[in-house]
Amino acid sequence: MFEGRDLACLRGERLVFGGVDFALSAGDALLVTGANGSGKSSLLRVMAGLLRPVTGTLHWRGQAVAEDREGFAAELRYVGHLDAIKPVLTVAENLAFWARLAGQGPDAVARGLEALGIGHLAGLPARVLSAGQRRRLGLARLIAAPAPLWLLDEPTVALDTASVAAVEAAIAEHRASGGIAVVSTNAPVSLPEARRLVMDEAEPVETVADGW
Amino acid sequence: MSGLVTILRRDLALASRRGSEASLALMFFVLGTVLFPLGIGPDPNMLARAGAGLLWVMALLASLLSIEKLFQADWEDGSLDLLVLSGLPLAGIVLAKTAAHWLVTSLPMAVASPLLALLLNVDAKGVAALSLALLLGTPTLSLIGAVGAALTVGARRGGVLLTLLVLPLYIPVLIFGAGAAESAVAAQGARAHLLVLAAFLLAALPLCPWAAGAALRQSVE
Amino acid sequence: MHRFANPNRFLRLAAAIVPWSAAAAVLLFGVGLTYALVLSPPDYQQSETVRIMYVHVPAAWMAMGAYAFLALASAVAIVWRHPLADLAAKACAPIGAGFTAIALVTGALWGQPTWGTWWVWDARLTSVLILLFLYLGYMALWNAFDDQSRGARAAGILALVGVVNLPIIKFSVDWWNTLHQPASITRIGTPAIHPAMLTPLLLMAAAYVAFFVTLLLLRTRAEIAARRVRTLQIAHSRGPAAAAMHEPGYS
Repeated sequence: MFEGRDLACLRGERLVFGGVDFALSAGDALLVTGANGSGKSSLLRVMAGLLRPVTGTLHWRGQAVAEDREGFAAELRYVGHLDAIKPVLTVAENLAFWARLAGQGPDAVARGLEALGIGHLAGLPARVLSAGQRRRLGLARLIAAPAPLWLLDEPTVALDTASVAAVEAAIAEHRASGGIAVVSTNAPVSLPEARRLVMDEAEPVETVADGW
Repeated sequence: MSGLVTILRRDLALASRRGSEASLALMFFVLGTVLFPLGIGPDPNMLARAGAGLLWVMALLASLLSIEKLFQADWEDGSLDLLVLSGLPLAGIVLAKTAAHWLVTSLPMAVASPLLALLLNVDAKGVAALSLALLLGTPTLSLIGAVGAALTVGARRGGVLLTLLVLPLYIPVLIFGAGAAESAVAAQGARAHLLVLAAFLLAALPLCPWAAGAALRQSVE
Repeated sequence: MHRFANPNRFLRLAAAIVPWSAAAAVLLFGVGLTYALVLSPPDYQQSETVRIMYVHVPAAWMAMGAYAFLALASAVAIVWRHPLADLAAKACAPIGAGFTAIALVTGALWGQPTWGTWWVWDARLTSVLILLFLYLGYMALWNAFDDQSRGARAAGILALVGVVNLPIIKFSVDWWNTLHQPASITRIGTPAIHPAMLTPLLLMAAAYVAFFVTLLLLRTRAEIAARRVRTLQIAHSRGPAAAAMHEPGYS
């Protein structure tokens, strides 16, 4: 359902990774690990379609992503390092914005907040949240606005063990209903029967940048 | 479409809760205009001659000051990534955010302009034309500014760079906008100028969001 | 087109052309300047000062021609993503800015004895001034980002926006002039060109073109070399590796 072949990523003139392949079907999870700077975040951004790979192809449901970026984007949820939270809006308002953009109603907002254990903070301005609570608000988008593909970049940073368990449960439920989850992390996250992708340092620049 | 309205409403809510940005642009417009008589002398005839042009330049600068932050906050907190991934057309997102910016900064200036025109002794015949010209011209300024803001989001010295890029593009709007008031005062009728301003706006409405959208797509890479 | 289209073909071509274009530039400047400054007749109205025209007018032509090249290269870079087009545009910008500055300065030097003022806000001069700002903005954008490829893209978009805007500016300032200066200076134009003046003018124009081509090729070569240095520095600091894919097992 979600395939990538021979992906290579260039940041400016730096080759971040090269020769990455993966193939995932419904219910699969992909765990991406690797040293800092090995390109885990860049890989997730390439998967989301934010970053164009310099070589390689991405296919979603058999169709090339490059042909219909907007359609593909509507089917994925990306949670990166930043949480996209506006401090002057309340917790519920922050989540309601993204839920509404995805065509969901206010009950979806309540569901998302409860699933991540921050329902009691709904009416508070987002600026009073702690780092872990902010992370959970960012992740609540996954529940409030469901989509088949989840791309999570270090989702459990700053979370306590109970919250990590909540995230793992959410991922398990998502996979059980046929969704795909790609998780990049260096922290221990329980993903039963997940495929593994270890990002190491990239291929030598000469082979890709011939002549330059 | 409803997605774009959602974005517009959120930007308006953000602006109203933060408060400072909207009133800053208006304050700059008013205070700056008040500085001119103090600088060039209170001679009513000279002020009347220069008044429309002065108001236009001040409105232009005030609009420029505030447009710089159009995408900055979203880029910094990761919202821009998610907006690009929302499945909504980028040009539409730009249009929604620019509309919010115009409503918050330029509309109050256009509304305040008759009062300031009186302070500068602009002839009564010219005041209506001036306000109308501002109403027609400032959206174009916001749209052009949005292209500049999208090009420079995340750049070093972004504000200075934005000014350098956008001011040359503002010139036609300024010329016809200020010209509208002067033509009205000279009893030649401002209609031609206002029509040209409307033409600029009609051209900017499809082109600027498209260019800004392309620039934004580059900025999230 | 592949992101890394090989530059070696261009480099060989450039190496072949540069000696010829440089020689042509030197020759044409020599002949052209002799004609312009010594042999051509003084204008019946402006006497000797008209000679500035031979430096000013081709510079203005080149300023606009270089911008057209820059916009075209930027369009190619955006549509086909060919890295050479990007570098050619980047190489062209300072040259074009230089021509624009020469045109403005020589224009002012020529204007002073002819019109009595150093500067006049007519459509042509104002457009050329804005052109200079566009060049400067373009160059500034390239260096404004940590990731240079983003600067390249932003600068390309600016170049294309400028192409649209420059005629609009000229038209607007023309209109503005008819409003504000009805009778005094309606048309500030170059004097009608006498055939005896046309030859040196065209010679100088050809000299400028040869000069532009030489500089452009040299600068593009330099940009390619700079990029190679950066690539080598990066390769030096990182080792060879690859990503691997494993079967299920982690829990």
